Amino acid sequence: MSDIRFTKDHEWVLVDGDTATIGISDYAQEQLGDVVFVELPDIGKTLEQGDEAAVVESVKAASEVYAPVSGEVIEVNEELEAAPGRVNEDATGEGWFVKLKLTDEDELDDLMDEAAYAKYIKELD
Amino acid sequence: MSSMNAKGRPTGTGAETGFAPHETFTGNRGLVQEEPLIFELDSPGASGVDLDEPEDFAPRLGGVARQGRIGLPGLSEPEVMRHYVRLSQKNYAIDSGLYPLGSCTMKHNPRLNEKMARLPGFGDVHPLQPQQTVQGALELIDTLAHWLKELTGMPAVAMSPKAGAHGELCGMMAIDAALRARGEEGTRKRVLVPESAHGTNPATAAQIGFTVDSIPATEDGHVDVKAFKAKLGPDVAAIMLTNPNTCGLFERDIIEIADAVHEAGGYFYCDGANFNAIAGRVRPGDLGIDAMHINLHKTFSTPHGGGGPGAGPVVFSQALAPFAPLPWIVHEKGAYRAIEHEGESTGQPFGRMTAFHGQMGMFVRALAYMLSHGADGIRQASEDAVLSANYILASLKDVMSAPYEGPCMHEALFDDSFLKGTGVETLDFAKAMIDEGYHPMTMYFPLVVHGAMLIEPTESESKDSLDLFIATLRDLAESAKRGETERFSGAPYLAPRRRLDETLAARKPILRWQHGRNEPASKAAE
Amino acid sequence: MRYLPLTTDDRAQMLAAIGAKSVDELFKDVPEAARLDGLIDLPRRQGEMEVERQLAAMAGKNIPAGQVPFFVGAGAYKHHIPATVDHLIQRSEFLTSYTPYQPEITQGTLQYLFEFQTQVSMLTGMEVANASMYDGSTACGEAVLMAHRVTKRKKAVLSGNLHPHYQDVVANLSDFGSYKLVTEPPCPKGTEGLAGEIDEETSCVVVQNPDIFGHVRDLSALAEAAHAKGALMIVVVPEIVSLGLITPPGEMGADIVVGEGQSLGNGLNFGGPYVGLFAAKQKFVRQMPGRLCGETVDAEGKRGFVLTLSTREQHIRREKATSNICTNSGLCCLAFTIHLSLLGEEGYTRLARINHANAVKLADALGAVPGVNVLNEAFFNEFTIETPKPGAEVIDALVEKGVLGGVPLSRLMPGNDEMKNLIAVASTEVNSDQDRAAYARALKEVLA
Repeated sequence: MSDIRFTKDHEWVLVDGDTATIGISDYAQEQLGDVVFVELPDIGKTLEQGDEAAVVESVKAASEVYAPVSGEVIEVNEELEAAPGRVNEDATGEGWFVKLKLTDEDELDDLMDEAAYAKYIKELD
Repeated sequence: MSSMNAKGRPTGTGAETGFAPHETFTGNRGLVQEEPLIFELDSPGASGVDLDEPEDFAPRLGGVARQGRIGLPGLSEPEVMRHYVRLSQKNYAIDSGLYPLGSCTMKHNPRLNEKMARLPGFGDVHPLQPQQTVQGALELIDTLAHWLKELTGMPAVAMSPKAGAHGELCGMMAIDAALRARGEEGTRKRVLVPESAHGTNPATAAQIGFTVDSIPATEDGHVDVKAFKAKLGPDVAAIMLTNPNTCGLFERDIIEIADAVHEAGGYFYCDGANFNAIAGRVRPGDLGIDAMHINLHKTFSTPHGGGGPGAGPVVFSQALAPFAPLPWIVHEKGAYRAIEHEGESTGQPFGRMTAFHGQMGMFVRALAYMLSHGADGIRQASEDAVLSANYILASLKDVMSAPYEGPCMHEALFDDSFLKGTGVETLDFAKAMIDEGYHPMTMYFPLVVHGAMLIEPTESESKDSLDLFIATLRDLAESAKRGETERFSGAPYLAPRRRLDETLAARKPILRWQHGRNEPASKAAE
Repeated sequence: MRYLPLTTDDRAQMLAAIGAKSVDELFKDVPEAARLDGLIDLPRRQGEMEVERQLAAMAGKNIPAGQVPFFVGAGAYKHHIPATVDHLIQRSEFLTSYTPYQPEITQGTLQYLFEFQTQVSMLTGMEVANASMYDGSTACGEAVLMAHRVTKRKKAVLSGNLHPHYQDVVANLSDFGSYKLVTEPPCPKGTEGLAGEIDEETSCVVVQNPDIFGHVRDLSALAEAAHAKGALMIVVVPEIVSLGLITPPGEMGADIVVGEGQSLGNGLNFGGPYVGLFAAKQKFVRQMPGRLCGETVDAEGKRGFVLTLSTREQHIRREKATSNICTNSGLCCLAFTIHLSLLGEEGYTRLARINHANAVKLADALGAVPGVNVLNEAFFNEFTIETPKPGAEVIDALVEKGVLGGVPLSRLMPGNDEMKNLIAVASTEVNSDQDRAAYARALKEVLA
């Protein structure tokens, strides 16, 4: 069972030490359609839980992506510039958006685990 | 993720269905020609215009003469003619068929309007000629202004906005100006906008620095008045409402809404996109509005021209009239005058929306339309528009699904419930209409309904035309329910182009032709 | 009524199908207080003949540019439009078509937009152009807002020689968006010290070339000064024919170029509809307002065109859109591109040379009139003269002599004493030797 956690707004976060990798869920990418562009934050930016971290665009839709946890941006997925389709192909893997230096581990407790999220999206449809 | 507008839809080229048309040598198909880009038709040195080289003279360009070639292609007149005629043949148009786009009002564009706009006295006059040499032009603008005021029951009108969205900006700027004059600009920053509103509404409000607060709709497609009243407060600047609304329904509580927002100290902006339902039968001024833009290219038949130009004059209440932007066209002492500077006006105009006076070419066309119809014709047109939309709603609601019980106004709204389980989406349904010779209706708008299909026939359709349209949609709906998905998933099959790869266009934007550049990568190569 | 196909019988049948007794039932949601039982107090319907008569009477009260020696410019110019242009834009499939949201059946529109975008890029020397804006002035306003977005700064610096209407449009948008604006005073001699106003808070410097007085100059040094402070340079081109002869802004370091395209394909039309041009560097494309047309392929691998990068726009981003714009100038844009296609490289550059040659001849002729001083050393097809009497009076007197001699700058800048005796004079290919002689003669008489 993976340590991946999800927000109600369909972001995911995976923690490794004090690095938190974030992205959007598979459900989210399906709703959006073919992703054509991702606007990523600057390295060094400080994000509070709930702040706008990124914007993801498909042809017909655009959505803000909120930080599931607080932290400082240490890396962004530069691959997405040339290949935004990664988000569709592998939303929770190669399609990651941002890596943060985690500041408050406890924030993860607010989030859903994989099973809870699967139940949540089932009820949405 | 937020839900600005988070529901995407397929933007690739659709399902593979093995449909293969007869291949021709030229690639042409009968009357539809494959036409290269104009740059690919270059005959270096050719021109479609005969101009004499000026005699030798000493230029006075201050050393900024252009060096090198620009790269424009050269063609003779017949080649240019053929290029554009061939391009035109790939376009659907009102003149070729029913254009059921909801909220766009694709009515007939009378050619008298074109003839009048081209009279030299209108088409060949400069906005900055001395005013005594353009009295007839100013008279025309003033006459149109009079018609707009009478039809809407409002005392003032700003003629200069260049399009509907520009008119919205104008109206909201006037509201902001009025708030400033009351010293309340800093405290009133919230604008209430229904969920079902057209995207220009929140975009306009945000551009002026307002925050947008969404009002939910009731189950029967109207503004939730209770929820709206709960959102009122001393920080509310205005409400922006469309009436009839984007679901095609008249907001029956509109007077109550107007009174409530006025009591709270706010203003009422009305989006006039759907005026075609009520022109001549209802005056928005009687409903309590403070400002309303009118799309001359919708209600008053000025042509859509493939996307523009439009015109969006804004009628104002007494409260907002003093703030109308420059220029003001006035009629004093037997002469017409354009007031171009604040000092000359009797109010506090908030500024200028555009250079010069506005979309004169569209004013002439709109006035020709109004003079032709008259008060009786305008009323009849609105009634026919509403009648036709209801006829469509009544004739199709058994086989398609209408989220709201009729009657509707000038447009009929359907959703995609009737397609549930068929494997056919709204998008596919629309594309199949193309093969049947119809431009699709407005799709996926308004957002408050799932897979929306908004149909506005207008008053310009004969009953035969409506009957064929209804029969066609009936056939498509029944076909979808019978599981004939191929008809839809690969559609259109018969248009000049099949479904286009919008994903590729957005991922790898190619926004101009460039000499020596290769063709875009196909889906496979990407 | 000739535009309404439904007959009384049709209406009765339709009502029966709906199950309503009268059309009034369909309006039942209209509050009683707002129902109009009778007709609004406006004239009744009329046939074509009557409408023509009324409108022709109004049109007859105006003096069209084609009827007299005509030298009025200041942001809108009279040029000869080939007959082919007006014919083609009246084809049903162009005139009565809608925005190309269904690309499969609007490739005609989409292809000409793509061609238009390419032409505008070429003319301006920029990497990318959009599918047109309402007009030059609103394009200018939007360019300033775009510069604020791109640089994340809030202060724009405007040249005093930018068309006063354009200045007003920018000031209006600035005011409502809570941005800062620094505007230089106008400088009729053409030299101004804009570079000094640019600092680290400046998002852009906006300069017009040719400017409101007609001066043309090299803006490269100003572009460098702007870039040194991290600001963008926005160049405004009011007369698009000028780019057939003068260095394009893209080669002078412009980041955004806006312009008025009216001169090609579009008549004077008393101020509208016109066509705004908007071009920029490729790296800024996602911050551009307005429509963009892009190339792609269809399901059979054939080249086609679609509107693209739409997520910038209001129908998707709603309150986060780059602008609230929903229309472009469609048909005016088509007229522009057809005219330019007819001209081609040879015709367009020659047209520009003719314009300049005519302006030079006129400047010499007017400068020879006693008391008249031509302010410009360098110009394209418009220059400013200084007269011993107020410009407005001179222009009115010229009307009496059957000449439309230009725009008194006091009309555009009434509060400014320096403008009182200045007139902006334009001269295009439509002016003949007789026109110029008539102007010089009339001016001499008026000033005597």
